[in-house]
Amino acid sequence: MATATLPRSGPATGRRPSGSTRIRGSRHIGTYVGLGVLFVVLLFPVYYVLVGSFMSPADINTFPAHLWPLHGFVAGNYATALQVIPLARQYLNSAAVAVLVVLGQLITSVLAAYALVFLRLRARRFWFFLLLSTMMIPWESIIIPNYLAMAELGLVNGIFALALPYLAAGFGVFLVRQAFLAFPMELRDAARVDGVSTFGFLWRVVIPLTRPTLAALGVWSFLSAWNMYFWPLLISQTPENQTIQIGITQLQSADANDPGMVLAGVVLALVPTLLLVLFGQRFIVRGLTAGSGK
Amino acid sequence: MAGAAPPRPSERAGRGRRREELAAFVYLVPALVVFICFFFVPLGRSVYLSFQRSDIFGRPNGFVGARHYVELLTDPDFGRTLLVTLGFVLLTVIPSLLIGLVLALLLAGRIRLVRFFRTAFALPFAFSVATAAVLFGVMMDPATGVINSLLSLVGIDAVGWLTDPGVALVSVAITSVWMQLGYTMLVLSAGLGAVPDDVIEAARLDGASGLQLQTRVMLPLITPQLFFLVVTGTIQALQSFGQINILTTGGPDRSTTTLVYSIYEVAFANNNSNFGAGSAQAIVLLIVVLAITAVQFGVLERKVYYN
Repeated sequence: MATATLPRSGPATGRRPSGSTRIRGSRHIGTYVGLGVLFVVLLFPVYYVLVGSFMSPADINTFPAHLWPLHGFVAGNYATALQVIPLARQYLNSAAVAVLVVLGQLITSVLAAYALVFLRLRARRFWFFLLLSTMMIPWESIIIPNYLAMAELGLVNGIFALALPYLAAGFGVFLVRQAFLAFPMELRDAARVDGVSTFGFLWRVVIPLTRPTLAALGVWSFLSAWNMYFWPLLISQTPENQTIQIGITQLQSADANDPGMVLAGVVLALVPTLLLVLFGQRFIVRGLTAGSGK
Repeated sequence: MAGAAPPRPSERAGRGRRREELAAFVYLVPALVVFICFFFVPLGRSVYLSFQRSDIFGRPNGFVGARHYVELLTDPDFGRTLLVTLGFVLLTVIPSLLIGLVLALLLAGRIRLVRFFRTAFALPFAFSVATAAVLFGVMMDPATGVINSLLSLVGIDAVGWLTDPGVALVSVAITSVWMQLGYTMLVLSAGLGAVPDDVIEAARLDGASGLQLQTRVMLPLITPQLFFLVVTGTIQALQSFGQINILTTGGPDRSTTTLVYSIYEVAFANNNSNFGAGSAQAIVLLIVVLAITAVQFGVLERKVYYN
């Protein structure tokens, strides 16, 4: 390609001069070596959790620990993990919380961003900064009164208390607002002329056209809800009301001599988020670049 | 002109406008209700509680003025907590930025398998604090952990990753850095991917070598992303809790008791229910986070290259 613009280069076969190829090639060897070393070191924990979850104590609970199940793969670790704590029930709890949070954040973010961008709103800047200011408040600094409020309302140890504070998030409002700002305003004027109602325009035009951003928000809110730890640690107190994240920490204290079983629980907790990172990466990237000045 | 014809056009427009403004406000209400109930009211209540004594059930039990704050300032344990917190921030933010940068720069080279490597290095992003901490807890087990096993193969003695007060904070930081790497790499890769090809070609034609290209050309162009990661990484490190609670419960010898862990300890652990003193620490956390955010924006923003 570059040869076409360089008149004195060799035959126009599209190949680079051999010298340059060698230089590029050697530089790439360095890149591959660097990537290879980092790959082995950084992905070892991923390898170990997957393989270790099939190891019997004879392989994983010895010194030096084996890197491969020499005594054979043991699927029983998963069965044991499911018996030690009500993992299936906890899985459902986590899923219920995540679904509530995803739906809640989609609804509250879309409605608020719609008002901020498309509607005639008094004191628009004030509301914008008020909503965004929630991103600056560290959740841990208000976790005590939030816990006390749930205790007063008798919601401790329930699913709703786990989801309620997360039904709206400053990040969600910000993300959706960015997408709405890029929306062609001519469409709104055209819709007005055609007599489309305010809500009709949101539902039939704006939402369908910003689906990728809404998917990104869905993925992000799912990840944060599924993975949360501090709040469920306080709120859910009996095993059958706990989320999977709290459950797997109980596996460790249940039987410290069976790390394979503990790792099996970790793998089970990882399945949904691992699938999202493998197959929903473009939505994750869309979400993370929104705030980073790009 | 039309004389006494009832509603003048401007009046009608005014009324319609007020209705529109009211309708717009209605769209804000759901988000506002959540934020008022779970952010703004609790914030006020945190401040209130921090000036109250707590009875043994944790109920506010009389105004004590700034006593909780004075106690914090004069308590050497709390000074140590703040130092541990600062150490933890440095031990997580700097390594995660450096390793993430190396990864992103390596992946920016035009090589095959880029997609494979990028997906692979993003995998830690799937881990929650609980899954990562439980996994690293198993791997760092002093007796049978796989890390000490591998070290023994090269003749290194067993390290008390979670039991040695001099090492435990580093171990918790390693776990946190590992969890964040996928995110750091994705942000920086997105930044590098946005560097226009002609900028890179121009630098090459000017004779820039690979290393020069990366440090002199690419690095300044992704300062917005680096800045973003420093701010969010610092705040995230300040708020870390799960990995500490799971791996070390603040020990050994309080060597991993950070500010957030201390809040948990005072307010929730062992049914302590000392919500007054805990709230004072929570307000300190809030002030620290806000101050760092402000300082970082003030100092760093000027050095950031925005085109």
